[in-house]
Amino acid sequence: MTNGVETLRKVTYREAVREAIREAMQKDTRVFLMGEDVGHYGGCFAVSKGLLEEFGPERIRDTPLSESGFVGAGIGAALGGMRPIVEIMTVNFSLLAADQIINNAAVYLHMSGGLFNVPLVIRSATGGGRQVGAQHSRSLEGWFAHIPGIKVLSPATVEDARGMLWTALEDPDPVLIFENSGLYNMEGMLPAGAGAVDIDRARVRREGKDITLISYSASLFKSLDAAEILSREGIEAEVIDLRSLRPLDEKTFLDSVAKTHRALVVDEGWRTGSLAAEISARIMEGAFYELDAPVERLCSAEVPMPYAKHLEEAALPQVDKIVDLARKMVKADG
Amino acid sequence: MAEFRMPSLGSDMQEGTLLEWRVKPGDRVRRRDIIAVVDTDKAAIEIEVFEEGIVEEILVQPGEKVPVGTVLAIIRTEGEAGVVTAKGAKAAAEAALPAGGVIETMEEMAGRATPEKRIPPGEAPAAAAAPAAPPTAGRIKVSPYARRLAAERSIDLSVLKGTGPAGAIRAADVESAAGIAPAGPPVEAPPAPLEEKPPIAPREKAPPPPVSPTAEKPAVKDYQAAMRRAIAAAMARSNREIPHYYLQTRIDMSRTLRWLESENQKRSIKDRILPVVPLIKAVAMALTEVPELNGYWIDDRHQPQEAIHIGFAIALRQGGLITPAILNADLKSVDELMEALRDLVTRARSGGLRSSELTDATVTITSLGDLGVETVYGVIYPPQVALVGFGKTMEQPWAENGMLAVRPVLTATLAADHRATDGHRGAQFLDAMNRYLQEPSKL
Repeated sequence: MTNGVETLRKVTYREAVREAIREAMQKDTRVFLMGEDVGHYGGCFAVSKGLLEEFGPERIRDTPLSESGFVGAGIGAALGGMRPIVEIMTVNFSLLAADQIINNAAVYLHMSGGLFNVPLVIRSATGGGRQVGAQHSRSLEGWFAHIPGIKVLSPATVEDARGMLWTALEDPDPVLIFENSGLYNMEGMLPAGAGAVDIDRARVRREGKDITLISYSASLFKSLDAAEILSREGIEAEVIDLRSLRPLDEKTFLDSVAKTHRALVVDEGWRTGSLAAEISARIMEGAFYELDAPVERLCSAEVPMPYAKHLEEAALPQVDKIVDLARKMVKADG
Repeated sequence: MAEFRMPSLGSDMQEGTLLEWRVKPGDRVRRRDIIAVVDTDKAAIEIEVFEEGIVEEILVQPGEKVPVGTVLAIIRTEGEAGVVTAKGAKAAAEAALPAGGVIETMEEMAGRATPEKRIPPGEAPAAAAAPAAPPTAGRIKVSPYARRLAAERSIDLSVLKGTGPAGAIRAADVESAAGIAPAGPPVEAPPAPLEEKPPIAPREKAPPPPVSPTAEKPAVKDYQAAMRRAIAAAMARSNREIPHYYLQTRIDMSRTLRWLESENQKRSIKDRILPVVPLIKAVAMALTEVPELNGYWIDDRHQPQEAIHIGFAIALRQGGLITPAILNADLKSVDELMEALRDLVTRARSGGLRSSELTDATVTITSLGDLGVETVYGVIYPPQVALVGFGKTMEQPWAENGMLAVRPVLTATLAADHRATDGHRGAQFLDAMNRYLQEPSKL
């Protein structure tokens, strides 16, 4: 987005994450990667493939199946001056490390009276849609966005997959990066010189004037596809990529709502107590008098994620549902 | 038992069409509640009730056009029970009115509107004791943004048809209505009112129940033509009946403007006082000294009024003008006057004026300074007996104490009814007004 067109190259999201890890390892010897199967197997999603050979077992460390243990070790390493990247295979297993993340990493700075920062980065895959069943298809990033003391990132584009890690490592406090597993194979254009990006601002990914679609991660692309369809009907949707789920860059979406006067939040999490609910509330608080229609939310159906393909598709936010809902919000009744 | 009648909303009004009831039988009403909307030649006006009680019976249905004075509804006042038959009430009401008679003032109307008929309590049918239902006139669904837009553009939401879900009014509906009543300036600008002709009959156009912009345009035209006719009738009557005399004086405004400047520095921008406000206040104060100029000439009789309600000529964007009253102007501080003026201008242009504001003015001010007019020669709005005109405040050479200086100078005029007052009193009025403007801190 910043460099000349001539230097763009095509990479997958997976490659972008791997490049980010490699660059961080090269730039800073305090950086190391640990997690289940990140070494010899090359990562459950093949993100770290080849890194063991390149950096050796000291810095690419396979761990036992013990999330609580190795996240705790990561916290200790961070407190000891290292810059660990801990990979929790998927967000589903983060529950086993929830105590370490929420009761330790998030509060050390506070409990130590500002003495101890925890410069830890946790990467984790998230999301559904891959027919891996209810226990492996959750989108719990909204839960972590509830917790003060940590930052929660959600890179959707290859540029962010490439650029957010370094900025997160530079942050003195814990940062969680959630990568939607459905995006690893996605290809995108990356400028040759792509590097660190900010991690505190949302981005307008498409400009429009009639409705704001607020989304993040994999839902961003569904929203962009929906905007394309809506555009053919004369409805110009503005699409916002939140990028950071905590803290939320309120200004970007409030400014957008002030322009379009309508907002639809597309969130793969469940509706009840969701990030979408939070955004809706922020819009009500910050842009009530700009609203020309109630804020709407499109979230996953409140069921454990079905295994059957057609049911799973029905449970997740989809392009046609976004289009239908946006159309209803914008068009006159009758 | 009280009768709620078709009011006269101006000396030119002969009949009105009942557009809408805001109450139904059984509803409790309080003094000054708006209970009906009446369409006159010029606009839809919200009508207040002056009784407390319970709506007993509704006698005229929406859509009916009836002469001024016709009983529209029966209101059972507190403590009463019982029912009057519709026919009886109607007949009594008609008998009370001279054929084709026009009621000039609310006072007059009130005088005729209270022939109560008591019914022995024993005969009161049970139905009459039905508990008062809360007013249920459906709340209008309006999106917050549409509401804000409507306020900015002075659009009356109550006449819009919503196209949103469940009939909610959305921004698009306000915008299409705004296409008719041209988009106004931002909210807080109560432009110094101005008009080129003296004030006239009340009311302005409230957009008629609109359907689509195109469908509505002809109706607006009708309103404008009707308003022109109403202005014509009132002004012709004024010129025909009122022997005007005119007095003019030049007022050094430097003290008032200096005072205003320092006062405004203490206020936030939106609370700032417009230069016309001290003028209104000075008129009100001067009227307390020369009360003969405040009131009416009715039935060959001068009827000065105690309350000072200053009609302020407000130009309507679609043409024509209206002179709603700032009620009890002498009792209001400059800040309250500013607020009242701002509110009045907004509502005058959006169609939200109340009947009392249109009928109660006891004197009128026309201020045309904003258009560069130096001197206003007013035509009195009958049955009032005076009109005060203000021109532009301009820097002019000013001799005082043998010295020549340049001062901001305003030309003020008084047009007064010679039947009611003489030039001597008129001169005292202008002198008093000047005095107040030289001591603005006392305003």
